[in-house]
Amino acid sequence: MTAKAKKEYDVIIIGGGPAGLSAGIYTSRARLNSLLIERGVMGGQIADAEMVENYAGFAEGISGAELGQLMQQQAVKYGLNIVTAEVNGLKLKKEKRVVNTTKGDFTAKAVIIASGSERSKLGTPGERELTGKGVSYCATCDAPFFKEKPIAVVGGGDIAITEALHLAKFASKVVVIHRRDQLRATRILEERARAEPKIEFLWDTVVEKIEGKEVVKQLNLRQVKTGKKSILNVAGVFIATGFKPNTDYLKGFLPLDKAGFIKTNESMETKIPGVFAAGDIRLNSARQAITAAGDGATAAVNAEKFISQ
Amino acid sequence: MSKPIEVDDATFGQKVLQSKIPVLVDFWAPWCRPCLMAAPVLEELASEYANKITFAKLDVDQNAQVAAKYNIMAIPNLIIFKEGKPVSQIVGYKPKEELKKDLDAVLK
Repeated sequence: MTAKAKKEYDVIIIGGGPAGLSAGIYTSRARLNSLLIERGVMGGQIADAEMVENYAGFAEGISGAELGQLMQQQAVKYGLNIVTAEVNGLKLKKEKRVVNTTKGDFTAKAVIIASGSERSKLGTPGERELTGKGVSYCATCDAPFFKEKPIAVVGGGDIAITEALHLAKFASKVVVIHRRDQLRATRILEERARAEPKIEFLWDTVVEKIEGKEVVKQLNLRQVKTGKKSILNVAGVFIATGFKPNTDYLKGFLPLDKAGFIKTNESMETKIPGVFAAGDIRLNSARQAITAAGDGATAAVNAEKFISQ
Repeated sequence: MSKPIEVDDATFGQKVLQSKIPVLVDFWAPWCRPCLMAAPVLEELASEYANKITFAKLDVDQNAQVAAKYNIMAIPNLIIFKEGKPVSQIVGYKPKEELKKDLDAVLK
């Protein structure tokens, strides 16, 4: 978009994942003048998924990138405007909600926050120093660097197991390290991981330290039930233990919980009138593309009601 | 308008190591989504830092030699070279304002 981009809208949506794009489809079809602000590439986290198998309506599955593109096409078809910028903060100015971005201020009657979440750090010694030297947070990005090498995945949820399955296509061995004695991941993913001969599991185990001079050499592990310590030699470790919401820019504007999530009611309303939240960024979100899309639609319908009041 | 240049195993020495001004090399691959996210930001920065820092892109999938030499094990991975030597490295997707701090530090 050019510098001549319009500055005033009915609705501004922050974030171009399933929540934001679904909201955009609804607000645009309601003929509300709508702007979506995305800092990077459209599609959100789902666009990282090689194959999405649980989004209703795609019986054979669909690649995450393609699903994101289709959502975007659908929203743009009905008139959604999109700008690439990073949001610095929000403020209220009389009846308007002002969104300050790297491309200047945009104002709207209602704002839908859908800026999602990103991978959290493990917080283990060695992690920061060895990031990019064997410590990774993106299996689809970095798996090819570990061809025929032993690697570890830390975590037991859907993302950890999906990453382990992807890494098994490249690595010689994939050890899944999980702090509990069973996975949180969806059962069908667990079945696939257990059927993959390259994948092994280390239960009730935490990583105490990541060691290596130039590159990752070993993980110092501790069995949480017995306290027994051990060493695992790996060339890389993929961290997939959890997520943190992208809400730093909202501090001081909206009340956030300790982890940074936004509390909403069932209409996706936040504490501030005319400011809605949708998707992963919400407290207790199911963190699924389809629930995020549902949140986005709900937020859009209620934003429309708010504006017409 | 100054745009990022493409470099490869063959041209790396001449275009990066022998450059008179600092060169930021964006190690990337087509399968890496955060790399695609970083690309428009780097294009903007290439304009803003024109004549001060050269911006270059190296596809690690096609250019294993350079990628191996600098131990690239995660992308996106930005290395800033000054007088033939790496002086700063940024791993992972970073917003524009943070990148600018790193670039300004190199120019000091």
